[in-house]
Amino acid sequence: MGGNTMSNKYDGHWKRTKSLTTITLVIWAFFGFAVHWFGDLLNSSSFPGAYYMAGQGSQIAFALLVFWFASRQNKIDEEFGFQEDEEK
Amino acid sequence: MIKLEGGFVKNLGKVYSIYTLGFLGFVILMAILEWSGVSNTMIGWLFVAFTVLIYALIGVLSRTMDTGQYYVAGREVPAVYNGMATAADWMSGASFIAMAGGIYLKGYPYMAFLVGWTGGYVLVASLIAPYLRKFGCYTVPDFIGTRYGGNLARFCAVFILVIASFTYVTAQINGTGTVASRALQIPFEVGVWIGLSGILFCSMLGGMRAVTWTQVAQYIVLIVAYLIPVFWMSNKLGYGLIPHLAQFDAVARVQELEAALGVKQLMPTAEAQAAAGKLSSLKVGINDASSSAMAKWKFFTLVLCMMAGTASLPHVIMRYFTTSSVKAARQSVGFSLLFICLLYLTAPALATFTKLSLLDPNVATSIIGKSIASVNNLEWIQQWSNVGFLKVIDGNNDGILQINEFFMRGDIVVLATPEMAGLPYVISGLVAAGGLAAAMSTADGLLLAIANALSHDLYYKIIDPKANTKTRLIVARILLLIIGIAGAFVASLKLTSILGAVAWAFCFANSGLFFPLILGVWWKRANRAGAIAGMIGGFGSGALYLYMVQFAGMEPWIGIDGLRFGMIGMPVSLILMVVVSLMTEEPDKATQDMVDQIRVAKGKPLLDNEH
Repeated sequence: MGGNTMSNKYDGHWKRTKSLTTITLVIWAFFGFAVHWFGDLLNSSSFPGAYYMAGQGSQIAFALLVFWFASRQNKIDEEFGFQEDEEK
Repeated sequence: MIKLEGGFVKNLGKVYSIYTLGFLGFVILMAILEWSGVSNTMIGWLFVAFTVLIYALIGVLSRTMDTGQYYVAGREVPAVYNGMATAADWMSGASFIAMAGGIYLKGYPYMAFLVGWTGGYVLVASLIAPYLRKFGCYTVPDFIGTRYGGNLARFCAVFILVIASFTYVTAQINGTGTVASRALQIPFEVGVWIGLSGILFCSMLGGMRAVTWTQVAQYIVLIVAYLIPVFWMSNKLGYGLIPHLAQFDAVARVQELEAALGVKQLMPTAEAQAAAGKLSSLKVGINDASSSAMAKWKFFTLVLCMMAGTASLPHVIMRYFTTSSVKAARQSVGFSLLFICLLYLTAPALATFTKLSLLDPNVATSIIGKSIASVNNLEWIQQWSNVGFLKVIDGNNDGILQINEFFMRGDIVVLATPEMAGLPYVISGLVAAGGLAAAMSTADGLLLAIANALSHDLYYKIIDPKANTKTRLIVARILLLIIGIAGAFVASLKLTSILGAVAWAFCFANSGLFFPLILGVWWKRANRAGAIAGMIGGFGSGALYLYMVQFAGMEPWIGIDGLRFGMIGMPVSLILMVVVSLMTEEPDKATQDMVDQIRVAKGKPLLDNEH
């Protein structure tokens, strides 16, 4: 690809995609690893925090994260005109 | 048949609503039959026969001789339905039968599986699935083979896929045998072959298309079967309408009971444990989040291995090849996770409520603290000890059952809960049908992944590139049959437990395929030599480590045991792939342009339907 606008557009799209993916992975690492590393500190006499985060909290966070990621990525695609043609 | 204007895919909502209502009607009919005096065995047979016949019928109706339909269901599966199919594909005997029991017996450390098996989908959505959908491949080795070029890279990917998926599929066929033998009162070996014939019927004629629509049907059966008993118990025990919200009071109560009954303090005597064999007593509490660094490290490594395995298991990734667009593939991962969470959020609640009904002296069904004689008189105790799932051994001969004298297999928590909690037998039949659906749907997907890789990548791409469509599809079906029979044969030998085999499959996949897949999209500089080194080195070192720890008696390094050998394979794979890629020439311009193209959703797939 030469130094034309198509190439700039492509690079801009990929840059935004990369930063979205990075943010997604940071949130993923927080709920996947960081929270559970401190599981023992989450437990208190009034609430089983470690059990909650492993059995429910992280799972819900992951599901929301994937939907959020999908919609953000679609917005990025549309912004750069890289979305798919609606034919089906 | 019902008339469907505009074809099957346009009417999915209608078809599956009628199906769900029909299934619920069938459950009610079975309840009426039970009430009118039909025997339990008969009800078990009806449940299994009815559901398996439906799956086989869907398989026959979806038969096809078109490669696009056979390999990727014509790429027209809507995101929501692909989500359901993926959930059924994903949730195996290990999730349905073993998970709640694992949490029951092994407590908090076991919940790493829940985190790993859901969090892996974030990696699938953000790093892999949409890009491979854009690529347009039929199989995972198809991507490796085209991105890196050359038959050797393709062959390595096929080899790893076959080892990982075959390990996994024997566990599932084992699961169908276990459930069928219990529900139908037939020998385990016969159950294995009945399960296999159901599985083959679904997948042989219609390939991916048939498996997709069967898996949606199986998801509906398995989720209904999993949820009903838990809701029932939560209400029966008086904790509240919704078990997911009500379980926290129950956890607090269980923790009190565990402390009072001496969980972690009272260990079984050596003779009792020897007599119990592989059965286990309760030794870890439900919420024992230890503060030791080793316990944290073990939780961390198990989560990581299961996540990376999720993102490299071909039977999961290939489900996203069936969506109509890249956008739909991304959304579909979200729906998959949503449908999986419906079950995974319920598993801890099931473990907690089961614990409560066995441990809490205020509950009528409790057994701990009762006299051994009265416990041995319970019907479910007798039935499940007859099939070797549990054992009561009075270690200190005081005639009272203590926590360290009740030995069981984890699987029993799901399968026997209806009987423990005193629910009618129709619920047991429903649970058996659900367990069968879970194991069969996963086995379907795995067998198809193996057969497709062998027929498309090994036979068509490597051995005979001139083969015509008809020959290729016939080869695919013959391979499916052979692998199915081999899987059933290995399963009938009962070499490993369901869960052990499943964790191995995840680590085989992540050791060999995780980095070659991800770097293929995310690092243009990754080349053929690097990918081959990464696959052989990662898989080889992981497999060698597993052998040393599991069979040669080596002491595991810093807690990395046979469930976590991906912690060895993955870094080796990454380092080799990066170093060898950098030492050899960068990929040619055509390959780099190809990577550019898969990074944007717009445009035609790189491989067409006749590739």
